[in-house]
Amino acid sequence: MMIRESDWGHVLEVVAAWLLAFLWAAPLLYATWAAFHPMDFVSRFDLLAPLTLDNFRSAWNVAPFARYFLNTFMLVCMTLTGQIILCTLAAYAFARFDFPGKETAFILVLIQIMIMPDVLIVQNYLTTSKLGLVDTILGIGLPYMGSAFGIFLLRQAFKQVPKELEDAARVEGAGWFSILLKVYVPLARPTYLAYGLVSVSYHWNNFLWPVVITNSTTTRPLTVGLSIFGAPESGVNFSVISAGTLLAVSPLLIAFLLFQRQFVQSFMRSGIK
Amino acid sequence: MMRLDFKTTRWVYAWLLLLPASVLMVAFTHYPIVGGIFSSFFSTPRQGRPSRFVGLDNYAYMANDPVFWQVLKNNFIYAFGTIPVSVCLALLMAVWVNGKLPGRAVVRTAYFTPTILPMIAVANIWLFFYTPQIGILDNLCGLFGIPSHSWLGDPRTALGCMMVLAVWKDAGFFMIFYLAALQGIPPELEEAAFIEGAGRWYFFRRVTLPLLMPTTLFVLVNSTINSFKLVDHIFILTKGGPDNASSLLLYYIYEVAFGFWDTAYASTLTVVLLFILGALAVTQFRYIEKRVHYQ
Repeated sequence: MMIRESDWGHVLEVVAAWLLAFLWAAPLLYATWAAFHPMDFVSRFDLLAPLTLDNFRSAWNVAPFARYFLNTFMLVCMTLTGQIILCTLAAYAFARFDFPGKETAFILVLIQIMIMPDVLIVQNYLTTSKLGLVDTILGIGLPYMGSAFGIFLLRQAFKQVPKELEDAARVEGAGWFSILLKVYVPLARPTYLAYGLVSVSYHWNNFLWPVVITNSTTTRPLTVGLSIFGAPESGVNFSVISAGTLLAVSPLLIAFLLFQRQFVQSFMRSGIK
Repeated sequence: MMRLDFKTTRWVYAWLLLLPASVLMVAFTHYPIVGGIFSSFFSTPRQGRPSRFVGLDNYAYMANDPVFWQVLKNNFIYAFGTIPVSVCLALLMAVWVNGKLPGRAVVRTAYFTPTILPMIAVANIWLFFYTPQIGILDNLCGLFGIPSHSWLGDPRTALGCMMVLAVWKDAGFFMIFYLAALQGIPPELEEAAFIEGAGRWYFFRRVTLPLLMPTTLFVLVNSTINSFKLVDHIFILTKGGPDNASSLLLYYIYEVAFGFWDTAYASTLTVVLLFILGALAVTQFRYIEKRVHYQ
């Protein structure tokens, strides 16, 4: 009797887990259905409905997706490169140097983990406009390049490098910069990967600051382009919007499905501060 | 003398290493925080009328601004409505995915995928769900004989629609933190408890849940921050409407700053947002400190 009861409980749990999984996957599956079928089948599920790529073709023609892709690609690369260089240098200073004002400087860094540039759009717009960087890709990425989060993660990683390795390199006559490049950076590779994945997904998906700072096709990233394209005023039907939306998310989505473990671990690492 | 020189050189090196990152951080985080507070005491510069000191006028205006109170209220409803639901769901998902479940990998992927998608993209899809008559929601309701409803156009349901989307988007993200914590619980504990005759639910309530407390606290603080920081979906779904019924604080700041170009008032509103985030930061730092003492 006991066993049967718990068996039923288990079956019920499995059903519930799968039902929830289905609900969670449904919006994306539905968008995929809509994107590959003519508009008539958008809320009619007929397994024999004809498949079509027309929606993708129209989406590609309605909005300059190629340009948006290029913009997002440049933005993500530029931001990540800047972040990695700046954060590596700063994290090294925090991990291995003693200097007056270190504690205060570190607290100032921590402030940015809680209050990110995302909420400071008003003043940052004024600053960016003084720098003449409104409506440039550099202007979208610049506020994020001095990343507290990156400094924090890399500092942790550098601190775990045994001092003996540094001493050995120094005995061989290596200067601090080549020690950083040849000892610390290679050993922190998993952290770089984790930070890189989180940063790329963050900036691929970021919207508020880009929409504030851009106003032309040549600078708009995918998210901003997608918001114009998907707006009801654009008069595009849902099948085409779905196709456009899938186009925009597919690179990141495919990368995620292929490297799921790395993604999940990176997000996990990024949360456990 | 030599020693001192060596030390000073190290100082200079350290500061040079820090310099590039700190310049950007100060320019785009610390300066705007201070500058925002500063400009909340001044009027917005208009054509032919430079900015002037107005004391607390902006704050007085804010106190009398019904929209401000409305968006603040919305934001708290939004936070307190979504967070408990997503946190409970996240815990449930983690327990399921961590246990013996057929097709575990697929289920986990389904739960986590919304996290990786841009808010703008999912809002585009959800917008269609909520569309009256042709949308999925109305179609489903039609099956049960519920009449068509303008879900996003009705002030009573607009905020709720956004909250459902937020739960869907966030639960899988929080799941991974619970999953990590669950995997850190030694399996011997469970075996021992079962030998002692403890039921599964009893074990969960008395052992697992307390062990997950630090994770819960972390997730709670972060989800609260998120609910004040992420407003992308409003741009697509409702634009804050109808009648500000679904607007949140940061979206209102955006409107005031870039719709009405009233930067001084937008700065005043930002100060409120900073105050809320600051309070959350203090909570989080105190918690981190506690955890450091533990180890």
